[in-house]
Amino acid sequence: MNTAVLQAKLWYAQRISAMILGICVAVHLIIIFYAIRGGLTAQEILGRTQGSVSFALFYEIFVLACFVHAPIGVANILQEIFPKGGLALPLSLVLAILILLLGSAAVFGLFTGGAL
Amino acid sequence: MSNADLKVKVWRGAEQGEFVEYLVPRNPNQTVLDVVTYIQRKLDPTLSYRFACRVGMCGSCAMTVNGVARWTCRTHVSQIVKGDSLEIAPLNNLPVIKDLATDMREFFNKWKGAVGFFKGSQSRHDDFAKVEPQSEERQLANAGIECIGCGVCYASCEVVQARPNYLGPAALNRAWTLTNDIRDIQQLDRIRAVAGDAGCHACHTQGSCTERCPKGIEPTASIAGLKRLVARAAIRGSKWGKL
Amino acid sequence: MRSRPTLDLRAKSHLYYLAFACHRISGLLLACFIPLHFLMLSQSLRGATGFERSLGLTDFWVFKFGEWVLVVLLAIHLGGGIRILIIEFGSWRGLRKGWIEISILFAIGCGLLFLYFAN
Repeated sequence: MNTAVLQAKLWYAQRISAMILGICVAVHLIIIFYAIRGGLTAQEILGRTQGSVSFALFYEIFVLACFVHAPIGVANILQEIFPKGGLALPLSLVLAILILLLGSAAVFGLFTGGAL
Repeated sequence: MSNADLKVKVWRGAEQGEFVEYLVPRNPNQTVLDVVTYIQRKLDPTLSYRFACRVGMCGSCAMTVNGVARWTCRTHVSQIVKGDSLEIAPLNNLPVIKDLATDMREFFNKWKGAVGFFKGSQSRHDDFAKVEPQSEERQLANAGIECIGCGVCYASCEVVQARPNYLGPAALNRAWTLTNDIRDIQQLDRIRAVAGDAGCHACHTQGSCTERCPKGIEPTASIAGLKRLVARAAIRGSKWGKL
Repeated sequence: MRSRPTLDLRAKSHLYYLAFACHRISGLLLACFIPLHFLMLSQSLRGATGFERSLGLTDFWVFKFGEWVLVVLLAIHLGGGIRILIIEFGSWRGLRKGWIEISILFAIGCGLLFLYFAN
């Protein structure tokens, strides 16, 4: 894949994931405002998320959208600030892996409530 | 003297140099080009600068005035003076030849690099091409064709500063108008040229080009159009062929 | 003798550049925070008591303030992001100053709502 096609596809992927994130973030904000009333305990969180398939599906989609969106954005910024160094690709990949692994772990943990 | 003199700092030198201050008598309706002309004629004949029409049609007199790229013949001193001070420097993002004159070659080379020139398939022996004035393509092209290549947008763009091979707003704007020229036969080459690291996707919609264009052209719109066109071409292929 | 001047703040002192800057900074800060946020939530793998203990760490006020900042950053980035999507994919109607205004109001609204609900 030549660089022009790659750049175009990365741009497109970042914009599509942005559209998905737009919906996910809006829903997440509403959920958070609802949930934090009167403080928030682990029991309360798990009470809502444990065993809930719709929760797990929604938030895993959220994690996957972040996994696409954030690293591409960060890579663009790094490429401009450090044009000579090869920092952009490795740092973005690290971010991508962190988001995918930690995010999925979080969704899994909240779905199972630690009962493995 | 009823009017205090203007304290005008002018860049002297090339890539290395210094700001030299001149005292210029203040006049009503004075433009920044009047100020530069006064300095060169009355105070320091070694000052180099460009101008041509001096009535806001050619774009030759573009310089950085108080940090902002402007046409100096169309900038009244009263509009932008800070107290009684002015700072005049060459256009940003372009190499300085001397004083206020910059080397515009890379600006025009990028225009070529974006395939910002027309090539048709017909000759004088063929009938006229028919371009519907109300067609969507013609309307889109109209919005951007008044560009006279003054370089103000290019000089205002932070992405040009950050990525030396970024084609820049003027070149991309011209490329966009030509993608909407139904007579042109280089569309695939053009799409390839404006994609890639140095192409339309590097634009971050900062909007300085649109904000500063003295002709009210909106390169941000043209570049947005190119982004969509190139992305579609990369994924589904364009009506002119595969990217 | 010095180097020729380059683009400085005066060239960038317009609303659309400010909108870009807020969007970029909020995005970068969010990119730094999200892995930590996921790490925190993944403590749920330790079960309810382990999770509760980890959450207890966030009882210090600096975390609470940080959470508030993050909600505001998220609102800014969302508002600015929708503006960019409309500029890039919608019909052209300029640089959408209205959306900048909506984003600011939205961010203020989210900030206030968070304070209201959290206390």
